[in-house]
Amino acid sequence: MGIRFILMVNKQGQTRLAQYYEYLTIEQRRALEGEIVRKCLARTEQQCSFVEHRNYKVIYRRYASLFFLVGVDNDENELAILEFIHLLVETMDRHFGNVCELDIMFHLEKAHFMLEEMVINGCIVETNKSNILMPIQLMDKAS
Amino acid sequence: MAGSSIMESFFQRSLDDLIKGLRLQVTEYNFISKSLEEIKREIKSTDIQTKSIALEKLTYLNSIHSVDMIWASFHVVEVMSSTKFIHKKIGYLAASQSFNESTDVILLITNQLRKDLNSSNQFEAGLALECLAVIGNTDLARDLTPEIFTLLSSSKEFVRKKAVAVILRVFNKYPDAVRVSFKRLVENLESVNSDPTAAIGVFCELCSKDPRSYLPLAPEFYKILVDSKNNWVLIKVLKVFSKLAPLEPRLAKRIVDPIGEHMKRTSSKSLMFECIRTVVTCLTDYEVILKLAVEKIRDCFLSDNDDDPNLKYLGLQVLSILGSKQHLWAVVENKEFVIKSLSDLDPNIKFESLRLVMEMVSEGNVAEITHYLVGAALKSDPEFCNEILGSILMTCSRNVYKVIVDFDWYVSLLGDISRNPHCQKGEEIERQLVDICLRVAEVRPEIVRVARDLLIDPALLSNPYMHRILRAAVWVSGEHIELSRNPFELMEALLQPRTNLLPPLVRAVYIQSAFKVLVFCLYSYLGPKEVILTPVGDLAPEESAEASEQEASFSEGDEYFDPRMKRSGAGHTWDRNIDNGQASSSASLENDPFTHESIFNMLNMIKMALGPLSGSDEVEVQERAGNVLGLIDLMEQELPGLLVREGSLRGEEFQGVKVLDLLQNAFSKELGPVSLSAQQRVPVPEGLLLKENLSELETVCGDINLTPSSSFSLGSVLFVERHNSQQTEKESEPSSESTSLLSEHRKRHGLYYLSADKNGSGSNDYPPVNELSNAIDGAQDLLRLPGQSVDSKKKSTTKRRPVVVRLDDGEEAPVSGVQKPKDSKDDILSGAIRNILLGDETKHMSSQSNPSNTEKRNGKEVSLDTGHVPQSKDMGEIENPSTSISQHGNERRRRSKKKDGEESSHKEKQKSHRQGRSKTRQTAEIQSPVIPDFLL
Repeated sequence: MGIRFILMVNKQGQTRLAQYYEYLTIEQRRALEGEIVRKCLARTEQQCSFVEHRNYKVIYRRYASLFFLVGVDNDENELAILEFIHLLVETMDRHFGNVCELDIMFHLEKAHFMLEEMVINGCIVETNKSNILMPIQLMDKAS
Repeated sequence: MAGSSIMESFFQRSLDDLIKGLRLQVTEYNFISKSLEEIKREIKSTDIQTKSIALEKLTYLNSIHSVDMIWASFHVVEVMSSTKFIHKKIGYLAASQSFNESTDVILLITNQLRKDLNSSNQFEAGLALECLAVIGNTDLARDLTPEIFTLLSSSKEFVRKKAVAVILRVFNKYPDAVRVSFKRLVENLESVNSDPTAAIGVFCELCSKDPRSYLPLAPEFYKILVDSKNNWVLIKVLKVFSKLAPLEPRLAKRIVDPIGEHMKRTSSKSLMFECIRTVVTCLTDYEVILKLAVEKIRDCFLSDNDDDPNLKYLGLQVLSILGSKQHLWAVVENKEFVIKSLSDLDPNIKFESLRLVMEMVSEGNVAEITHYLVGAALKSDPEFCNEILGSILMTCSRNVYKVIVDFDWYVSLLGDISRNPHCQKGEEIERQLVDICLRVAEVRPEIVRVARDLLIDPALLSNPYMHRILRAAVWVSGEHIELSRNPFELMEALLQPRTNLLPPLVRAVYIQSAFKVLVFCLYSYLGPKEVILTPVGDLAPEESAEASEQEASFSEGDEYFDPRMKRSGAGHTWDRNIDNGQASSSASLENDPFTHESIFNMLNMIKMALGPLSGSDEVEVQERAGNVLGLIDLMEQELPGLLVREGSLRGEEFQGVKVLDLLQNAFSKELGPVSLSAQQRVPVPEGLLLKENLSELETVCGDINLTPSSSFSLGSVLFVERHNSQQTEKESEPSSESTSLLSEHRKRHGLYYLSADKNGSGSNDYPPVNELSNAIDGAQDLLRLPGQSVDSKKKSTTKRRPVVVRLDDGEEAPVSGVQKPKDSKDDILSGAIRNILLGDETKHMSSQSNPSNTEKRNGKEVSLDTGHVPQSKDMGEIENPSTSISQHGNERRRRSKKKDGEESSHKEKQKSHRQGRSKTRQTAEIQSPVIPDFLL
C-alpha cells in the first residue's frame, strides 16, 4: 500500500479532511493526527517537506492556510507525492474555482469523491484532471 | 406517518447548517452532542432522505470531530441499499469510513455489493469497488471474486482501473482469487489502449512482498519502461525493477540503457530521483550509469544555487545509500556540501549529513572529523548535539574500536564529550571507558588521568547524566590506583561532600573505590619494602596468600608488580607534576608521599566522611562504608605497633598486615573481558556428575518437603544446596533405602516432584554455581591476545595502535540470523502467482511454435547463459523436480548449462514453451522486435 492516509489541516491544526486507507480506530486516528500535525506545523519554510513519523513517511505541502499531508510507505517517491498533492489541489481548484478552506469544509463529500477517483486502496489510479472530475460534474448536473 | 416524515425533513438541519452551526460555536462540545441527539432521532426515520442526511452529518462529525459512529452501522447498510445514487453514495462513504473487516454488519452487505458491482451504472459499480477496497475481508473477497473478475475486463475504463486496484486487496485476503484473475490483471498491464497506472501500482505492491514470482513478467515491465510517457507510471515501474534487478543480473544489464535515457531526457525531478535511486540501489555495478547518477545527484540535488531543502534532503539520502554500498567516493566528492549541511536549518537535513559524515570516517581522518563534530556539537541544540555525540561514540566503537589508533586521544576525547553540558550519553561513555580499560592495557594511565580530571571537578556531580560516567571513572581509578599520580588527592575527590548528590548505587562504587585506594595506600606504606613479585595468576584470592610464600616468586604473573614498584616507575611523572607547581595537598611531600602523617590524615578523613554512612538506608552504601570503617578500625589498633618497627616489618606478626596482604592481592588481580560463550567452552571437570545431580536433588527435595512448614526460607535452600554438593562428593549414590522410603512417603501424600526416570533426559548441562570461578579462569585462558601483547609492549614507544584485546567470538551481540518467518498469506499468494505465471506457460507449451524465431533465440540464449551462476532454487523445483525444467521459463534456461545432457531433449520444449509464454502478449513481442528477448 503506497499511500496510507491523506490529511488536510488548517494552520490552527484543525483537521478539515481525513482519508485513511488502512483501518485505525477513532482514538488512533486522533492521536496520529495530533502528533503529525504538531510535528509538521512546527516546521518552517526553509525546512524540507518530509517528516518521518512512526513507520510512515509524511510528505506535506502548504497552500495558503491549508496543509496537505500525505502519509506513505517508506519506499514511496517523495517528489512524486508532492506532485500528487499539487495535482489534487489543481483538481479541486478547477472544480471549485479558487479553492479555499471553506470549499473543502462545506463540500467535504466532494473532496472525498475526488480523492476516491484518484486513489484506491492506497494506489494512485487516475492522474487526469478531467477524468477525476467527470463523475462529480455528472452528479452536479443531475441534482 | 407521511406527514410526520415531511415535517421531519422540513425541519431537519442539513449538513451545511451543521457546519455553519459548528463554526459559530466557541465550545463545540455541547453543540456536537446536541446535534448527535438530533441525528440519532433522525436516522431512525423511515424517510430515506431524512435518514441519509442524518447519516451524512454523522459521517462528517465522525471524520472531522472524531465522533463515534459504530452504533449506526445498520443504518449505513440501509442507506447503502437505497436505489437512489445520491443516497447510496452517502451510505458508501459512511461505510468506507466507519467499517472495518470485523464489523458484523458486513455479513449483510455481500449481496448489496454484488448487485452494485453488476449494476449497469458504472458509477454504482465504482462506489462498490471503492468501498470494497477499504472494507474487503476474506469472506467478501471470496464471494465477490467472480464479479471483480468480470469487471477487470470491463469495456469502461472507469470501472476497470478501480477493479484493478481492488484486486490487490482481494489477493491479500483471498489468495485463491489469483488463479482466476491474475491473467486478466496482466492483460491490464499490457493492453495498448488503457492506462496502466492502476495495474503498475498493483504490481509494485505485489513485488515488494515477493519479487521473484514476478520475474517472468519482466518483458511487460520493460516495455512500459521504454514506452510510457507517464511519469507516475515510470516511477512505479522503476520501483518494480529495483526489486527485480537484484534477482536477475541479465535484467539489470538490460535496464541500464533505458534508465540512462530517462535520466538524460527527463525534466521531472521526481522521475530523475527515482532513476537515481534505482541506480544507487541496484545498478551500482554498472560504472557508466553510476557515474551519470552521481553527476545528476550533484547537479540536480546538491547544487547551491537552487536552495530547495527537499532536493537537498533527498540528495543526501541517496548519497548515504551509496556510502553504505562501498561507493564512498561519491560521498567524498560531495564532502563540502555534506559538511555545510551539518549546520542547515532543517534538523532532518542535519541528521542525514551527520550520517554521511560518519560514513566517511576512517583511521586517517577520525581525529579531524570528530574534532570538528565535537565543536559543532557544542554549538548546536541539545537534541542534535546528542545525536552527534551518539554517532561519534557509535562510529568509533564499531567493530571493537577499529578506527581508533591513538587510544590516548580517544580517551581524552571521551573526557571532553562528557563535559559537554548537553551530553546525555552517559551510559554509552561509561560502557566504553570500562571496556577500553579492560581491553587496552596501554591506555590505562591515560584513562586514570582523564578519570581523575572528571572526579576532582565538583561541578560535574550535580549533572545527573554525568553519574554513569563518574561511576566508570571511579571504578577505573580504584581498579588501577597504582597508576594514579596522587592517591590522596583521589581519595579527597572520592569523599567530597557533594557525592551525596549521587544515586546510592553510584555512591557505593565511590566507597568501594575509596576502599581500594585505602588498601593501596596502607599497603604501600606498611607492606613489605623489599621487591617481591607477587604471583597473581589464576589462583583464588584465599590461596594466593599462602602461595605467595610457598611457591616460587617467578610465576606466570610476571607483569604484575608489587604496587610499590609500579609507583616508583610512575614517579617521574609525578615529580614533574610537582615541579610544574601543580601543587596538591601532598605536593610538599618528598619522594615517598606515604608518611605517617599523610596516612593518619587520610584515615581521619575517611572516618569523617563515611562515619555517617554506616547508618545509611541504602544497603549497598551502608555495607561498603561498613567495610571501609572496619578495616580502619583494625588498622588503627595495630598501627602504633607497626610504626614503631618501621623499616623491618614482618607482616606475619600482625593480623592487620595479613588482611592487607590478602586485600591487596585480591584487588590487584587483573580483570579481563570475558567472551559470551566462554562458559560453554569450559570443559566439565572429571568426576563431576552433572547428570547425576537431578536424582540427588530429588532426594533432597523430598527431604525438604517432609518438613511440615509449607514455605521455606531462602536460607534453607542455600543450605540444602550446599548439603547437596557435599553429598555429591561424599557418596556418589544415595542409599537405596532412603529413596524407597521417600517414594513411599510421596505416594502416600500424592507428592510427585521430579519423576525419577526423567533424570537422564533433563539437559541440565550447566555447571553448578560453585563452578563459576573455574569458568572465569578458563575464560582467561581463552582470551586471544593477537600479536603477543606482553612482548610488544616493551618493544617500541612510538605511536602505534596498542593491542586491543579481542575475544574471537561471542564478541558482538549475536546478530539474529533468524529471519522473520514469512507471512503465510504472502506465501500462499506468491505461490499461487507463481503457479499462474509458470503454469499457464505449460498449458500453452505445446500449442505454438515458430521455428525460425526460436532458432535465432537459441543462439542468443547460449551466449546469455555463459558465465551465469545459477541462483537459489525456486519453489517450483522443490515441489516438482521432474517438471520444473519444462515449467520454468527462466529457471530452466539458467540451469541448462548444468544439465547439458538433458539440454537437447528439452530444446524442443523450450522453444514451444517460450512461444507459448508469449502468447498472451504476442502482438507486442512480434510487432516490436526492438524489445529484446532478454529473459526468455
